[in-house]
Amino acid sequence: MTGQQMTPPPRSQPAPAHRRVLAHGLYEARITLRNGEQLLVSLILPLLVLIGLHRAHVVTDVVPGIDTVAPGILCLAVMASAFTGAAIATGFERQYGVLAYLATTPLGATGLILGKSLAVLCVIAVQIIVLGGAGLVLGWSPEPVGLIWLFGVVVIGAAAFTALGLLLAGTVRAEATLAVANVAWVLMGAAGGAVLPLNHEGAGALLMLLPSAALGDAVRDATMNGHLAVIPVLILAAWALAAILAARKWFTWK
Amino acid sequence: MAVSSSAACLRLAGVRYAVGAASSARGVTEILSGVDLTARRGEVTVIIGPNGAGKTTTLSCAQGLLRPSAGTVHLLGEDPFRAGAGLRARVGVMLQDGGLPQSVKPRTLLTHVAKLHQDPWPLDNLIERLDLSRFLSTSIRRLSGGQKQRVALAAALIGSPELVFLDEPSAGLDPQSRQLVFDLIGHLRSQGIGIVLTTHLLEEAQHLADSVYILKDGVVVRHGTVSELTGIGADDHDRPASRRLSFASPRIMTSGELDEAPFTLELDSDSNRAGARWGVPAIASPADLASLAAWWERIGLFPAEISFEARTLEDVFWEVSAP
Repeated sequence: MTGQQMTPPPRSQPAPAHRRVLAHGLYEARITLRNGEQLLVSLILPLLVLIGLHRAHVVTDVVPGIDTVAPGILCLAVMASAFTGAAIATGFERQYGVLAYLATTPLGATGLILGKSLAVLCVIAVQIIVLGGAGLVLGWSPEPVGLIWLFGVVVIGAAAFTALGLLLAGTVRAEATLAVANVAWVLMGAAGGAVLPLNHEGAGALLMLLPSAALGDAVRDATMNGHLAVIPVLILAAWALAAILAARKWFTWK
Repeated sequence: MAVSSSAACLRLAGVRYAVGAASSARGVTEILSGVDLTARRGEVTVIIGPNGAGKTTTLSCAQGLLRPSAGTVHLLGEDPFRAGAGLRARVGVMLQDGGLPQSVKPRTLLTHVAKLHQDPWPLDNLIERLDLSRFLSTSIRRLSGGQKQRVALAAALIGSPELVFLDEPSAGLDPQSRQLVFDLIGHLRSQGIGIVLTTHLLEEAQHLADSVYILKDGVVVRHGTVSELTGIGADDHDRPASRRLSFASPRIMTSGELDEAPFTLELDSDSNRAGARWGVPAIASPADLASLAAWWERIGLFPAEISFEARTLEDVFWEVSAP
C-alpha cells in the first residue's frame, strides 16, 4: 500500500455556519420537547404554580393578582429551560462524552453553544405561548407595548441563565449539576424575586442584584407598565457577561 | 489530481501534556512526555500500549480536544486546537466512551450529524455496511455495547472524512461485528483515507496495521511496521529476521543456571509438571543459536523439544512493556 499513487478522497466540506447552528438548535429543541422530565420542569410545574397562585389570590387575596403572577411564571419558565434544563442536559452530555464528540464535528464549540442557545429560545417560545395563553385565559392583561420589551428582556435573561447553566454543567459532575440546578431553580423561583416581587427597601434590596430578581422586575415592568426597566436589564446583562467569561475560562468538554 | 498515498496527514512532534499545577499538593503529572508520531493517508496507524500509557491523551491532542503543554501537532497541515469547521469536516472521530447522546435514536443522531456536512456519506450505505438497520429506531441507551460501538463508528464516518480517529473501535464487538469493522477499515484504507486507531487487541493490530506505535509512560518506546517490529520478513542484512525459539526442559533448572543464560528466558504459560517450556523471544542469527547451544552444553541440558515460532506483535509488546 505504501508509496502507491491514488486519487485522494474528495475534500470534505462543512455545511454553511448558519445551517449548522440552525440544524443543531432544532435538533436540541426537539429532544427537549420530547423529554418528559424536561417538559415537567419547563411547562407543567410552571403551569401548576400559575393556576395555584391564581386560585390562592381568588380565595385569600394575600397573593398578588394575575397581572403580577403571570409574568413571574414566565420568568420561572425561562429559568427552567435556560438554566435548569440546559445545565442538566449539558452536564450529562459532558459526562457521556457527547460534548467532546460534537466539538470534533464541524459544529465545534461555538456552534454548539449557539445551537444550544437557539434551542433554549425555541423552547421559551413554546413556554410563552402555552403559559401566556393560560395566563390570558385566567384574566392576564399585559400592556401591548410592553410585549416588545418583554421579548428583549427574555432574550437577555435567557442568555444570562444559559451561560450560568453551562458554567455549572462544564465545571462540576453531572450528578452535582442535577442537584444544584434544581435547588437553585426552586430557591430563585420561591424567594429570589422571579415569581413574586421582592421588597426593595433595606437589606433586602441587595437581593435585587440576583439574576432572578432582575429578570422578574424587568418582565413585570414591561408587561404591567409597558416600560423597559433599565437597571434590572443592566444587572441581567452583567450576569450574562460575567457567566460567559467564566464559562470560557473554566468550562471543560469532558 | 494524484498524490502519494503515503503523504502524511498527521504529525506530532515532541508533544507533551501535563495536568495539575506546581503550586498544588499533587503537583504536576506529565501524561505525555514527548510523543513523536506520523500517520499517512491510505494507511492504518495503530497505537498500542498498556493502560495509562497515554494513547487516548495522544489522540485527544491530535484531535484538538486537548492543548499540548509543549510540542506541535499538524492535522492535515493545520493546528487542530485552533482549527475551524473546515478542518473538522475533514476529520472523523470515534471516542473511547462513544460520545453518544443516550436518549436519541441512532437514525436521529446520524441524520443530524450528516446535516453538519456539505456532502456526507450516504446514510443508507453506511447503515448497510455497519448493519445498523435493526436498531436504528431504538434509543441509544437501550443498545448493547457492540451496537453502540457501531453507531459511534458510523457517527465518525458520516462526514466522509479524509482522516479518521478510532479509539478502541472493536471493544465489545462480537466476532461477526468485528469482521464488519475490519472490512470497513480495509475499505477506508483502499480509498486513501488515513486511519489512526488504538486497541488492546494485539492480534487485531497485527492484522490491520501499516505502522505501529507502542506507547509506554507517555513516550513512544518503539515504532515501525509490523515486520520491522517483529523482525519477520526483514530483508536487510543489518536487521536480519529474528525468531522466537521455544524449548522444553526435561528437568528443573536452578536459578544459577538460569542466570548464566545468554538471553532473557520466558516461562511459557503452558508449562506443566512434566517439564517446563521456555521461550527465547528473539533469535536473530546462527551465532545466537550457537551461544544458546553452548549454554545448554555448559549446564548439561539436552532439551526434549526445540521449535521456532514466528514472533508476534504480542511478543514485542510484552518485551517493551515489561517493568
